[in-house]
Amino acid sequence: MAKEAKDKVLTGAEILIRCLQEEKVEHVFGYPGGSVLYIYDALSQQDKVKHILVRHEQAAVHAADAYSRSSNKIGVCLVTSGPGVTNAVTGIATAYMDSIPLVAITGQVPTAAIGQDAFQECDTVGITRPCVKHNFLVKDVKDLALTLKKAFYLARTGRPGPVLVDIPKDVSAQSCAFDYPESISIRSYNPIVKGHSGQIKKAVQLLQDAKRPMVYTGGGVILSNASERLTTLTRKLGYPITNTLMGLGAYPASDKQFLGMPGMHGTYETNMAMQHCDVLLAIGARFDDRVIGNPTHFAQNKRKIIHVDIDPSSISKRVKVDVPIVGDVADVLADMLAQIDSVGLSKKTQDISAWWKQIEDWRSRDCLKYPQGPDLIMPQFVVQKLFEVTKGDAFITSDVGQHQMFAAQFYGFDKPRRWINSGGLGTMGVGLPYAMGVCLANPGAQVACVTGEASIQMCIQEMSTAKQYRLPLKIVNLNNRYLGMVRQWQQMFHGNRYAESYVDALPDFVKLAEAYGHVGMQITRPQDVAPALHEAFTTYKDQLVFMDFITDQEANVFPMIENGKGLSEMIMSEDL
Amino acid sequence: MRHIISILLENESGALSRVSGLFSARAYNIESLTVAPTEDPSLSRMTIVSIGSNDIIEQITKQLNKLVEVIKVVDLSEAAHIERELMLVKVRATGKDREEMKRIADIFRGRIIDVTDSAYVIELTGNGAKLDAFIEAIDRTLILETVRTGVSGIGRGDRILKV
Ligand SMILES: Cc1ncc(C[n+]2csc(CCOP(=O)(O)OP(=O)(O)O)c2C)c(N)n1
Repeated sequence: MAKEAKDKVLTGAEILIRCLQEEKVEHVFGYPGGSVLYIYDALSQQDKVKHILVRHEQAAVHAADAYSRSSNKIGVCLVTSGPGVTNAVTGIATAYMDSIPLVAITGQVPTAAIGQDAFQECDTVGITRPCVKHNFLVKDVKDLALTLKKAFYLARTGRPGPVLVDIPKDVSAQSCAFDYPESISIRSYNPIVKGHSGQIKKAVQLLQDAKRPMVYTGGGVILSNASERLTTLTRKLGYPITNTLMGLGAYPASDKQFLGMPGMHGTYETNMAMQHCDVLLAIGARFDDRVIGNPTHFAQNKRKIIHVDIDPSSISKRVKVDVPIVGDVADVLADMLAQIDSVGLSKKTQDISAWWKQIEDWRSRDCLKYPQGPDLIMPQFVVQKLFEVTKGDAFITSDVGQHQMFAAQFYGFDKPRRWINSGGLGTMGVGLPYAMGVCLANPGAQVACVTGEASIQMCIQEMSTAKQYRLPLKIVNLNNRYLGMVRQWQQMFHGNRYAESYVDALPDFVKLAEAYGHVGMQITRPQDVAPALHEAFTTYKDQLVFMDFITDQEANVFPMIENGKGLSEMIMSEDL
Repeated sequence: MRHIISILLENESGALSRVSGLFSARAYNIESLTVAPTEDPSLSRMTIVSIGSNDIIEQITKQLNKLVEVIKVVDLSEAAHIERELMLVKVRATGKDREEMKRIADIFRGRIIDVTDSAYVIELTGNGAKLDAFIEAIDRTLILETVRTGVSGIGRGDRILKV
C-alpha cells in the first residue's frame, strides 16, 4: 500500500487518514472544531476509517481507551484545539494511569499563531506531558507520517500508554509525498522484552522451594496477552492466585486456585495469603497502595518476592524485591514454563497442603456474604443476577464507587479483557463511554455498564451517541441516592457526618432514557431483578436499556482496609 | 546523599521540560541542572545534581530512562569522576579592595575578566565547595551579583557516556 502511493502528493489531513488506514484503524472517536476541519474533510471522503461522533471530548478518549482495553486493537481519538484538548485530558490521564495504549490526535492553531494566545490555543504538549507516554507537536507536514508511525509504535510497545500527536491546522492543509514506513526504530527507546535467564532460573527454584507460595498478578498480564500462560503455570504449580482490580480475568475466577481480588476491598483469604506467604510471585502488578496497603506493615512478614514487570521503575518502587525480572510478561512466563519443564515438576519437593488447609480455613469465613431480605434490593445481589443472566460471559464496564467494587467482587471474570474500569485514576464517568468503546470493538457481544446514579451523570450525554450508533449496551444503575463510597468513608471515618454525599434532585432515569430514545426500567423489588435483566438481554437485545435498580441506601463494601492500614487489618461486615 | 546524574538525550525541543517535569511531578530534588548540545548536535548532555536516598536515586535513574527521548543515564557519583562548575562574580572594587580582591582571586585561581573603575567580574571554576569557599573568603558586602552554571560532570578514565 505504502509503495503504490509513494509519489503521490497528499495533504497533511489525507496523510493522517492514510496512516490510520495503514495501522488498520477502523474507528476514530472524536468531535470536530476549527483546527481539525481539514482532517474531518478528509475523513468524510473515505469509508475505511469510521468516525464516531461523541457528545463530549472526554467520552471520545474513554471510548477509545475501552476500545483498546477490550480488544487489543488501538483506540484512536480526534479532538480540536483548546477546549477540545482540555476536555480530553481526563480521558488521557485515565488511560495513562492504567497503561492503556491509545493514540490521541489533537488539532492545534496554525504554526504561525502558536504562542500568540490565538483563539482556541492551548499548550497541548505542555498540558498533557505528565499524563502521556509521549507526545509530539508536528511542525512540518513532511514529518507527519513518521510521527504517526512512532506514535502507534510507542503506544503499543514496552509498557503501553497513550501517545498524543498535536497537528497545527496549516500542517493538515499543506501537502507532501506520502510514504508510510514499514518499520521503525527509535535509538532512545528500546524496551526490554526478554527476561534474564539467570533470574528466571532463580525464580523457578524459589517457587519450587516455597512452603507458602502465592501468585499475585495485575494489569500487565492482560496488556501482554499472557493469560493463557499464566493459567498454565499456575495450574502446573497448583498454587493459590489473586488478580488485582486491573488484572481480573487473567486467571479464571471460577477456578478453585483463585482466591479473589486483593487489597482495600479484597477478599479475606487473599489478603491473609498475601501477608503470610513465604514466596510471592508478582507479575505485571505494581504493589499499589490500594493493593498492599501500608508497605511497612506489609514488610513485617518476611517473604521472598519475585517481581516480573516490563517497566524497571515499577520494580522495588514501593516494596523491595528479591528476584527482579524485567521483561514482557508473556515472554518471561514462556521462559518460566520452559524452565519448569526442563528441571521437571517432580522436583517440586514442597508439599503445600498445610498452606492450602490454612487458606481454606480463611476462605470459610465467607467474607463477601451479605444479607438479601425480601424488601430491599442489595447491590451485590444485582451483580450476582447479572452474572447469572449473562452466563458470566459479558463485558462489564464500571464507574467508580461502591458499585465498581461490588462488580469486581461479584462478577467472576473467567476471561481477560472482559472487565473494563478505571483502576488507577478512579475516574467517575467512564462507564458509559467505556461501554460504547467495547460495543464498537466487539460487535454482537453482551455489554453491561455497572454504575451508580452519581457516576452515570458525569457522561450521561453519551446516551445520545449510543442512540446514533445503535449501541445495545445495558446500563445497570445501582441507585442508592448517595455518593455511596464517599458516604461509606464518612460513616466509618468521619463520625457519620454525610457531608454533601446525598444525591438530591435525581432525574427520573426511566424518562431520561426514553427521552434519548432508549428503553428505561425501574426495579424496586428483589424478585424483579433477574426478570428485568433477562428482559433487557433478550427482548431488548438490540437496544440500550437503562435499568434503574433502587438499592439498599446504606449497603457497604466489605471487607475493607482503612487507608494506611496493613493487609491483615481488615474490617469485616460483621464488625460494623 | 548527593548524586551527580549524567544524561544523554535527544536534542529536541521539549526534552528538557520532560526531564524537569519528571522531577517536579515526583517531588525529586534538583540542586542544579545544566544542559547543552554535544559535539553531535543531535544529542544533548545534561548533568543533574540531586540529593536523595539510594532508593530515590535508583527511582530517578529508572524514571529518567523511561523518558522516550533519554538515551542513557549514569550516576557519576557511583565511581571516580570529575565535576566542575563555573561562577562569575561581580564585586565592588575600589580603593584598597581592588588589590585585596585580585589577591584572593589569584589564590583561588580565578581570573578577572572585566574591569571598570569601580568593579571587577571574576571568573572561577572548580567544584561547588571551592566556589562556596571563595564567596566565604571575600567581603560579602562587596558582592554585587553572582551567577553559577551548576555542575557539569564527566567520568574519569575509561568511563564514557556516549551512544
Ligand atoms: C471524577 C471524580 N470525582 C470524584 C470522585 C470521588 N468519588 C469516588 S466514589 C464517589 C461516589 C460515587 O457515587 P456513585 O456513582 O453513586 O456510586 P456508589 O459509590 O454510590 O456506588 C466519588 C464522588 C471520583 N472518583 N471521580
